[in-house]
Amino acid sequence: MKFLPLVWAGLKRKRLRTILTLLSIFIAFILFAFLGAIKEAFLGGVTMAGQDRLITRHRVSLIQTLPESYTNRIKSLPGVAAICGQTWFGGIYQEPSNFFPTFPVEPESFLGMFPEYILKEAEKKAWLATRTGAVVGRTTADRFKWKIGDRIPIKSPIWGEPAGQSQWEFEIVGIFDGAKKAADLSGFFFRYDYFEEARQQNKSQIGWFTVRIADPQRAPQIAAQIDEDFANSPYETKTEPEGAFAAGFASQVGDIASIVTAVVGAVFFTILLVAGNTMAQSVRERTEELGVLKAMGFPNGLVLVLVLSESCFIAMLGGLGGLAVAWLIISAGNPVPSLLPVFYLPPQSLMSGALLAVALGIIAGVLPAWQAMQVRIAEALRRGG
Amino acid sequence: MKPPLPALVRIHRATKTFKRGSEEIHVLSGLDLEVQSTEFLALMGPSGSGKSTLLNLIGGLDRPTSGRVQIGDDQVDQLSDRQLAAWRARHIGFVFQFYNLLPALNAEQNIELPLLLTHLNKAARHRHVAAALDAVGLTHRAKHFPRTLSGGEQQRVGIARAIVTDPTVLLCDEPTGDLDRKSGDEILSLLQSLNKDFGKTIIMVTHDPHASARASRTVYLDKGQLSNQLAP
Repeated sequence: MKFLPLVWAGLKRKRLRTILTLLSIFIAFILFAFLGAIKEAFLGGVTMAGQDRLITRHRVSLIQTLPESYTNRIKSLPGVAAICGQTWFGGIYQEPSNFFPTFPVEPESFLGMFPEYILKEAEKKAWLATRTGAVVGRTTADRFKWKIGDRIPIKSPIWGEPAGQSQWEFEIVGIFDGAKKAADLSGFFFRYDYFEEARQQNKSQIGWFTVRIADPQRAPQIAAQIDEDFANSPYETKTEPEGAFAAGFASQVGDIASIVTAVVGAVFFTILLVAGNTMAQSVRERTEELGVLKAMGFPNGLVLVLVLSESCFIAMLGGLGGLAVAWLIISAGNPVPSLLPVFYLPPQSLMSGALLAVALGIIAGVLPAWQAMQVRIAEALRRGG
Repeated sequence: MKPPLPALVRIHRATKTFKRGSEEIHVLSGLDLEVQSTEFLALMGPSGSGKSTLLNLIGGLDRPTSGRVQIGDDQVDQLSDRQLAAWRARHIGFVFQFYNLLPALNAEQNIELPLLLTHLNKAARHRHVAAALDAVGLTHRAKHFPRTLSGGEQQRVGIARAIVTDPTVLLCDEPTGDLDRKSGDEILSLLQSLNKDFGKTIIMVTHDPHASARASRTVYLDKGQLSNQLAP
């Protein structure tokens, strides 16, 4: 602690340079945090995926549907505990930009399959009692300021108009929250029996099945068994763990993790050069001062620690400041709920950001610190004279 | 009759050779020097005569190519870099021609620097700094930064920094070389006072006969050898 004024003196020697370096690190860490939140938004499904859940879909592609009759056939297989069918509805509210994921589901099997969605008991009962009832995630409900009891008209570019009506209309009977922060709360779920009755095409077809298995250790065998059962049929299946399915879904946008890693890597490499150059320049300018300190008896190790401390101080102040500001902004809300189903900064991103700040300080400072340690006193003092 | 005390600084057959490419430059050639405790020695000589090199050997900033450098009980040329750093912190106070204060620290923070290497707590360090400031007559300028001090005041801060740990030897390299005559005289009076009133052993390199006249003894260095008289 007693050397802190000395570290501080080194930093304020060229205030403008220190402030600019601090700012560049600050901005880099804000970017890091935002990219972390975006990555989580795309890959959150992988995080939330249940170990005991499989997804069975058409072997060719996700947009091909499967017969509803598969429900009972899959359910009867050994090791299968529960099943829930879901179909992509593609809901649009009022105008195309107001898009959110919408699915017809069988309420009881859906709520049993996805315990991460928290719905009040009274709302569950209302959903079971209301044929046109729908439950919606908190993000989408807040986005459109919907409340329970509202009647919501929704268009579907895939399924067209319902039989005998000019538009699909649902009554909001429940708004669900997430058991975990990563839970996607943008979904809109309505009853499959109403959908089946009202749709005018592809009757008795389902998009995919979520299958709960009794023993997660047996996932590969059960997945193989399901696909084998429907082999050589007009509707062959592909079954995979829910995590792999979610990762595959996210990869349709691109390899988000690699893109984020590449951007963050490029930014931090640049910042490393900036901070490293600042420290090297600072040490070069202070050769004489370092010589004086060493003449007074400051040992080489202490000189090394002082220069490294300066570097770490800048990196941590800029880095932690950037993370804190980003956390505040991200916590204020999702700026694009139509694009990002979840938007938050995961604690592990904050943790890795803090570690990155320390690493940046050490890596940027180690070479200048080594140079400072190597300063030869007599030469440094001669230079000063 | 008391036997004479052994000299505080004893340099025996010290040589120092620098290499510049393939050329060898002999700066000191078998130099012998003894400085008594409480002595104020002026070291004079033309540029390039090796005065600063000799001061660096005494201050443990450099090692002789051969020969011995002994200060008190310590054979300085035998100490490792780490031991030398600790030894300098305990025994040597440096006063530089261009003051060499840290510009981002104020006067008292500059003076406190050598004390950071001791085990003194903050209050004790402040007491020592206050005493050193008082000794150089700059108590009223304690919070001033070097850029707001005159050359003479900066050198006073430099001297306060050098004496704050109460070192065994004060080494001054052209302490008045950057000052006008009046300020230079004040600095020399201060050094004289430190020597006479506080018993400080001082070795001062200077070009200026006016400065050397304040010392208790003057030696001349030329071509790597010492003499008691200026070479013709």
